Amino acid sequence: MPSPRNWREIPARYRLEAARCRGCGKVVYPARRACPACRGQEFEKTMLSWKGKVVTSTVVQVAPTEFQMEAPYAVAIVETPEGARLMTQVVDCDPGAVQPGMEVALVFRLIRREGHGGILCYGFKAVPAA
Amino acid sequence: MREVAIVSAGMTRFGELWESSLRDLFAEAALEALAAAKVDRLDSIVVGCMSGGQFVGQEHIGPLMADQIGMAGVAATHVESACASGGVALRTAFLEVASGASDLVLAAGVEKMTDGADVTAVLATAADQELEAFHGITFPGLYAMIARAHMQANGTTEEDLAWVAVKNHRHGALNPKAQFAREVKLEEVMKSSMVSDPLRLLCCSPVSDGAAAVLLCPLEHAKRYTDHPVKIRGTGLATSTMALADRKDPAFLDAVQLSGERAYKMAGVGPADIQVAEVHDCFAIAEICCIEALGLVEKGAGRHAARTGLTALGGKIPVNTSGGLKSKGHPVGATGIAQAIEIFEQLRGGAGARQVKGARIGLAQNMGGSGASSVVHVFEGV
Repeated sequence: MPSPRNWREIPARYRLEAARCRGCGKVVYPARRACPACRGQEFEKTMLSWKGKVVTSTVVQVAPTEFQMEAPYAVAIVETPEGARLMTQVVDCDPGAVQPGMEVALVFRLIRREGHGGILCYGFKAVPAA
Repeated sequence: MREVAIVSAGMTRFGELWESSLRDLFAEAALEALAAAKVDRLDSIVVGCMSGGQFVGQEHIGPLMADQIGMAGVAATHVESACASGGVALRTAFLEVASGASDLVLAAGVEKMTDGADVTAVLATAADQELEAFHGITFPGLYAMIARAHMQANGTTEEDLAWVAVKNHRHGALNPKAQFAREVKLEEVMKSSMVSDPLRLLCCSPVSDGAAAVLLCPLEHAKRYTDHPVKIRGTGLATSTMALADRKDPAFLDAVQLSGERAYKMAGVGPADIQVAEVHDCFAIAEICCIEALGLVEKGAGRHAARTGLTALGGKIPVNTSGGLKSKGHPVGATGIAQAIEIFEQLRGGAGARQVKGARIGLAQNMGGSGASSVVHVFEGV
């Protein structure tokens, strides 16, 4: 992935920046030009809470090449209190213990190294709530 | 719109076909379809292929394939909708004939997956790159999340998933073109290695090479080419959110429901009229979700269908008589056309040991990504 793309994706990825639709109030993560619920185009910036609940999850045993050293690892869909849902790994626990309904905290972590240059890509992962 | 029929079909065996290239596969299927109808001209070719670019470094598939069958000069287009590329090629060809723009159109699908590409990574490009693949999710992983949500909502078990594999392999064992034409036992499925919890290896479709092609023309011309044409009564295409996280209910494939409703409406039929169906069982859970979304069983009841024999050959509504993606193989771009061919053969009584007796109306449903696109066709033997 070329570096301008990494740069573009930073607000959502580095600080969980989202957008609240002025038309219907939906919290859209990451921000988009048009609201997926009402197609409104007026938004205000909002931040997601660094916590949420697992909606569904899996444990990836057979991983893509870039993640092979980490397998097995849990990946989940997490819903934040604002109603936004995001996909994220769940770490710092037994991957088998990650199940729907689990409360998690979102933490800033290294996600992957990309391309021949090994660009470090950061973002959020989930950990069991304290 | 004009009424449209399929008049002939051609298909390679599915499997790890080391000796065949992308173009070889296409040409074999396409030439078989043309020969069966004794046709030496075409108005147009539509080729479904998920990613020639990533699997073998080949784009510009339309003219390449026209050229390979001696049809340089003919209009040719490549269409893509990930694993639904074949179904979308069929729909595109259907619309071209129905509109009156063309009389003879070849709808084909092809994929060459075993030439050394990182298949898991290529397939993952059909997921949302920024929100899903970035975090290390795979396609088995996405469907595993759908499975776990379905288990939470409906009490679906790993054994329910395994029964889908057992049933489809039982069907596929009767299909000489299937990649894994053999039966599997429930215990084998339950003991196979975990790919992405709760999906085991034998609940996943394989990596395959293959091609399939069908010839379309206006229904009123069909008898020039065959005594047993099959009419395409309805087509429906729908989309859902690209990211699984954005779906209100991750266990419900809303694009499948929408595409089904559109195809039923156009065909003037309902789920109760369908006598044989091919649905997109890329993973065992997908078949359960698809038959629910298409209304072939009630929502939440899909988990029992394979075990009770409802969807098996001899059952009330046989599903994936070809063996499905699971046993027949899943060369992604070819799958949608191969599904249509199974229904085509069923509705003209040519399905051999897999024949559903007296089947007159059938359905094929082909899906892209984690269900972000779905295309359904309803067919009738005439």
